[in-house]
Amino acid sequence: MSNKLLEIKNLNVNAEEKQILKGIDLTINKGEIHVIMGPNGSGKTTTANAILNNPAYKKTGGSIVFDGEDITDMRTDEIARKGVFMSFQLPEEIPGVSVANFLKYAKNKVTGKPVKIFQFKDELKKYMEDLNMKTENIERSLNVGFSGGEKKKNEILQMLVLNPKLAILDETDSGLDVDAIKTVSKGIEMFKNDENAVLIITHNMRILENLKVDYVHVLIDGKIVTTGGNEIIKEIEANGFSKYRK
Amino acid sequence: MAKTQLEELNRNIYDIKNKDDYDFKIQKGLTREIVEEISKRKNDPGWMKEIRLKALETYNKLELPTWGPDLSELNMDEIATYVRPKTKLNSSWDDVPDDIKNTFDKLGIPEAERTSLAGVGAQYDSEVVYHSMKEELLKQGVIYTDMETAVREYPEIVKEHFMKCVPINDHKFVALHAAVWSGGSFVYIPKGVKLEMPLQSYFRLNSPESGQFEHTLIIVEEGASLHFIEGCSAPKYNKVNLHAGCVELYVKKNAYLRYSTIENWSKNMMNLNTKKAIVEEGGQVDWVTGSFGSKISMLYPLSILNGKGAKTEYTGISFAGEGQNLDTGFKVIHNAPNTSSVVNAKSISKNGGKCTYRSLVRINENAQNSKSSVSCESLMLDDFSVSDTIPVNDIRTDEVEFSHEAKIGKISDKTIFYLMSRGLSEEDAKAMIVRGFAYPISKELPGEYAVEMNNLINLELEGAIG
Repeated sequence: MSNKLLEIKNLNVNAEEKQILKGIDLTINKGEIHVIMGPNGSGKTTTANAILNNPAYKKTGGSIVFDGEDITDMRTDEIARKGVFMSFQLPEEIPGVSVANFLKYAKNKVTGKPVKIFQFKDELKKYMEDLNMKTENIERSLNVGFSGGEKKKNEILQMLVLNPKLAILDETDSGLDVDAIKTVSKGIEMFKNDENAVLIITHNMRILENLKVDYVHVLIDGKIVTTGGNEIIKEIEANGFSKYRK
Repeated sequence: MAKTQLEELNRNIYDIKNKDDYDFKIQKGLTREIVEEISKRKNDPGWMKEIRLKALETYNKLELPTWGPDLSELNMDEIATYVRPKTKLNSSWDDVPDDIKNTFDKLGIPEAERTSLAGVGAQYDSEVVYHSMKEELLKQGVIYTDMETAVREYPEIVKEHFMKCVPINDHKFVALHAAVWSGGSFVYIPKGVKLEMPLQSYFRLNSPESGQFEHTLIIVEEGASLHFIEGCSAPKYNKVNLHAGCVELYVKKNAYLRYSTIENWSKNMMNLNTKKAIVEEGGQVDWVTGSFGSKISMLYPLSILNGKGAKTEYTGISFAGEGQNLDTGFKVIHNAPNTSSVVNAKSISKNGGKCTYRSLVRINENAQNSKSSVSCESLMLDDFSVSDTIPVNDIRTDEVEFSHEAKIGKISDKTIFYLMSRGLSEEDAKAMIVRGFAYPISKELPGEYAVEMNNLINLELEGAIG
């Protein structure tokens, strides 16, 4: 059995007719935590959206294989059901649909199995306590009236509940205070095991402090210009991205 | 992603068509002879016959409305205004003929009657075929029966209230209704009697090229309380059917009435319905309405707040698909001090459907310290559906609190992507968003009707996305 979970080859992606990704290669194995760092506009969010095949981003070349299957042109919901999850920078608000009902429905779609509501709510509440979330929010409309921090924690909650094989966290730490970042980081630790993987997209170092990061990729102008280990994080923290720009 | 396309929807249970097997169907059209014939066949007392004939004269004088949806497709020469089913009024479902009983069975009426209703009326074409109420209510003096029985057995009450809340010359289709009305329910709740469970009347129109003109008259006496539910549906035919019912509600001092409607007429139906309530001091009428069916609807329930501190709430949703023009809304007249009205109206349009919210809020000079708050929200599921809001606010005193809020929105691709990234198909994602949008309305309905409304939403969205 291959350990390979995600393999991106020579990925080229346009957003609004403009080329954003210019030939990305990225391989993620089970059990690994990867980090993509890069300045604003370098293509980090595009990479995340391209993996989930967001129709707003057009692939002009390359391929994405996930868990042995080509998902390059697959529908987003099918990719999600194969086990890819993305935590959004700006999670959408869904009025009239409670957190509990939404997650129960999503869990059912992702697993294809019926979800027992009482057991499920207990599980949900336990995760919420772990993430310092108010358990009464379980009955509130999804993300409606949530603070920035509550929305991000809710994304981590969804990750824990849906238990994907690959979790992509797109700037989950942005706009969060120190405590909230710690909570998110704790959520990632709870999630992580030898069979799954995490891809963290960030330009903030703090979220990475407590995590065992395996690979760091620096993305500049749609290309991965360097890949290395933890040392890159420290280096960028000290000197910024200027060294990597041409 | 695939483009949106509409398949012919399977409306399953609503579309069950029984054979047009009537006992008597009057010739199409509207003449004095036809009205006289209906009156004779219904054994009207003289005073009722007079009302009918006077109403016909009024009908002939009045013009079609000059605003709203185009009604030119409606030709009264092609409509039979009276169709008597092959049965009498029954008080046991066992006595209702099989084909009719099966229809109501599939609509879940006898089942709901056993579990969650205090009484049920069921109308098939022009006549009520079943009416029954729990015995203990009878002992408390509650009257719940078909309108014909009420005319016969309670003529004084009927005379005092019939076409008094809604005057015959209100508009052309009210006059038409008064001329050819048949069926409907009469409810009388005596002083201080509070019903725990709702009463429900269901109206089913089976006969093609015909009309249904039921009359609902409800009197809730001082301090009494009632939840009344009406449901309506019809199978689809190629030619126009007409529904011009009339609902008159009298809510006395400190009384409470909730009037809930789940309307799912077939899409060849012209639904030109009229509903009004007069509310006395400290009384309250709440309207909860889900409108899904019909080709054209024009329906604007009116609450007249005549007594000090009277209240009304309107909670309504309409859902227009291909070829539907649903012109609905709410009217309120504040006619006494300290009255209040709250409106929460929503509409959904898709596949070229058109929803218009048309409203009137009038606060008279004598209605000091009154409050009115109106919120209407529309959701369009594509670029070629239409949504419009036409509010009229006529505020004649300064001592009021009034607010009006209107929002028109679309489902964004970002929201759909977000939900799809959680494993929902595009269709599931849209249905979830629409159900959530409708939730503030559906939560106002009793459990099984909330379920029915969600089913209707799913039915409307089914097959809509390729």
